[in-house]
Amino acid sequence: MQITTLILILFALAASAFYFGRERSLAVATGPKKLLSLHSLPGYYGYYTAIWALLPALAIILLWTLVEPKVIVALIVQGLPGAEQSMSSGELNLLVNNIQNLASGDVVAVEIDTVLREASLRYQELTSTSRRLLVVLTLGIAALGGVFSWRRITPQFRARNRVESVVSGFLIAASSIAILTTIGIVMSVLFEAIRFFREVSVTEFLFGLNWSPQTAIRADQVGSSGSFGAVPLFTGTLLITGIAMLVAVPVGIMTAIFLAEYSSNSVRSITKPVLEILAGIPTVVYGFFAALTVAPIVRNVGESMGFEVASESALAAGLVMGIMIIPLVSSLSDDAINAVPRAMRDGALALGSTRSEAMIKVLLPAALPGIVGGVLLAISRAIGETMIVVMAAGLAANLTANPLEAVTTVTVQIVTLLVGDQEFDSAKTLAAFALGLMLFLITLGLNVLGLKVVRKYREEYD
Amino acid sequence: MRADSQSSRVRVESGLGKRRRREIIFRTFGLVATLVGVFFLVAFFATLIANGSSAFVQTFLELDIEYSEEALAPNGEIDLDFADFDGIARAALRKKFPDVTARNERRELNRLISVGAGYQIRDAITNNPELLGSSVAMQVPAAANVDMLLKGNIDRNVPADQRPLSDQQIQWIGQLTADGSLATKFNKALFVNGDSREPELAGIRGALMGSFYMLVITIALAFPIGAAAAIYLEEFAPRNRWADLIEVNINNLAAVPSIVFGLLGLAVFINWIGIPRSAPLVGGLVLSLLTLPVIIIASRAAIKAVPPSIREAAFGLGASKMQVVFHHVLPLAMPGMLTGAIIGMSRALGESAPLLMIGMVAFIVDVPGNFSDPATALPVQIYLWADSPERAFAERTSAAIIVLLGFLLLMNLAAVILRKRVERKW
Repeated sequence: MQITTLILILFALAASAFYFGRERSLAVATGPKKLLSLHSLPGYYGYYTAIWALLPALAIILLWTLVEPKVIVALIVQGLPGAEQSMSSGELNLLVNNIQNLASGDVVAVEIDTVLREASLRYQELTSTSRRLLVVLTLGIAALGGVFSWRRITPQFRARNRVESVVSGFLIAASSIAILTTIGIVMSVLFEAIRFFREVSVTEFLFGLNWSPQTAIRADQVGSSGSFGAVPLFTGTLLITGIAMLVAVPVGIMTAIFLAEYSSNSVRSITKPVLEILAGIPTVVYGFFAALTVAPIVRNVGESMGFEVASESALAAGLVMGIMIIPLVSSLSDDAINAVPRAMRDGALALGSTRSEAMIKVLLPAALPGIVGGVLLAISRAIGETMIVVMAAGLAANLTANPLEAVTTVTVQIVTLLVGDQEFDSAKTLAAFALGLMLFLITLGLNVLGLKVVRKYREEYD
Repeated sequence: MRADSQSSRVRVESGLGKRRRREIIFRTFGLVATLVGVFFLVAFFATLIANGSSAFVQTFLELDIEYSEEALAPNGEIDLDFADFDGIARAALRKKFPDVTARNERRELNRLISVGAGYQIRDAITNNPELLGSSVAMQVPAAANVDMLLKGNIDRNVPADQRPLSDQQIQWIGQLTADGSLATKFNKALFVNGDSREPELAGIRGALMGSFYMLVITIALAFPIGAAAAIYLEEFAPRNRWADLIEVNINNLAAVPSIVFGLLGLAVFINWIGIPRSAPLVGGLVLSLLTLPVIIIASRAAIKAVPPSIREAAFGLGASKMQVVFHHVLPLAMPGMLTGAIIGMSRALGESAPLLMIGMVAFIVDVPGNFSDPATALPVQIYLWADSPERAFAERTSAAIIVLLGFLLLMNLAAVILRKRVERKW
């Protein structure tokens, strides 16, 4: 039986449990005004039985599907002859894979010998036994839970409180998923990064000037020792982020000023949605545009002016990234400027300053903290941006400040190191997690700082 | 005194011209900055439509296909494993050019037909075995280069060794166009096929289904969990450090780079739990975590907008806290929460960086049929096609982008309409 059918059956059981629970509450109600003798509304008794029929069984299914494959593989490996058991873990994995493929009727890459055949038969047997066991167990638990809770129903039984405490447990669990996600991110990046730093020293990673993430396939190979100095990646990221900020900060702030101070309502009603569209375009689309439209233009213009321009120049990626970030900067600046009390602006105008003077000398200085917070968030966004640089920036780790050359970024390297099939414990793939850790820490710092500044500033004028 | 004010008035007036000029310059800067965004958007859509719209039609070649017995059924019965379907298509094309006999010329001529022609003939004879021995006119896809030449994407004037078609081939294409064998039709392949190495056969159906399965998981997980978290934080959470921690956490999660979520998915879902790579299941789980903060923030705003008088009235009638929230607050906040969910979904649909981390970038021809089949997603397909050197793929990339933006537009439109229809003033 498929797991999905099993779950559907469980839901059907829960629905009938609801019905019986509700009926029972009506049956046990006594007195002239039947309903008033019950502690809770009849529906709550129904929900109570349904919860008992459903939740324990679902928990068992979840646990089972997580544990089952590992147990079965362990049993299979135990049943293998001695020669196979002493194989290295890689070979063993391959063998187990073959056994699974044979059992499910897929094409097997190697010749099928008796060991394989017997193991695969055993595998099929174990799987079907386990499935049968699961069905019996869950349906049994569901029935038991339903009957147990059904029998507890009396007029005095506080069904509503029970149901509400289950619901509030679910609410608490849901809200702690955000925390779990953060912990998950930190753990998954941190552990792999620690494994990486066992092979490559932290100082080399943070201060090394040479990035060529190679790991040897054979020990005597030429250039077998890779170097993992991440400085060129950091400078490359900074270069592209810097270019993006040079575009986004002035354009974003001036857009916000124009919309807040000068534009008529009709202009604003067109421009705001346009900027929202810019913010909603997927980054992969920006990347395509950067690589196929902007990069050739940058190259042609640069070469006509006598510069040597790499086909994947930092300039093209940075320009497009800047365009992408304009809406973020302009909307946060807009918030900041609008948060300044109108009296300050009116006062400046009343003293005879022009609108631009009021803006530059009064409003902007007052809004500056909020704008700075917004810019910090924008920088964090630019540093973490992946698709534009993967598609439009280069792969070569050049240590340069020339925007016309190709540079690579932290995110590009994470993608190139992890896309494709590698062994999971080589320094090469682990390096991606070390880079991920750096990326997470830096963006986290910027975000915390930026959010704090933005919020504190908002409160000041409230 | 009088003299003093006179002189300051003179000073102010002498500076006025300069100040007015500065005002105009400042204002112009603002206007220019605003136009930069608008200009980019216009340029962007113009290039997109100019590049991509031609991918929605495709060149087909009309051939008289002879379902000859010697090619299809050498042993008396139709043998699908050994039948030479490509040969049938080639023979049909050669009949149009009887004077082409030299071996290398014939090979060049064969390159005008797509390999899809063979598949089409196979499908026709499999569906209708009675065709055997008959001759039927049929439109088969032309090779991508023929298509590109007719759409003007291959320059006829460059030297022959710098373009993918020889002079001879261009001349044949001219003849075929003249006798009406070449026709352009709607490019159905783009919507019904999976990915392919041949641009004329490549389609986005596989990627669309992959995206669909992922979004199903994302909405099924992220919306209930996000709504529940928002309800808890807004209505039940005590104002203590734990609630503050969760709040700061959610705001930060919303700003964590999406690629980091991909690393999480790789380490936790694939390496630790052991879900197969490339499966929409993993993608859906990662995208759920990614959209959760967006949905929580939007849902909290929607709950906050419900006025306290509603709650107080319900309390006054004897409802429990839980009944107040689920019977009164939630129905009123629901439209706002749904709007947030739709916006979260549109973000998930456009996301590609985390999917690269969990192996959804493989070249996958088959259209995925369930949650654990290997799959790609629409934005990842765009990334893959953008990398292909063929000119025909660049055109299809633009077309795929148009489709993706179309879906995003629909979702955002739905969100706007929902917001407009149920917006109420308290």
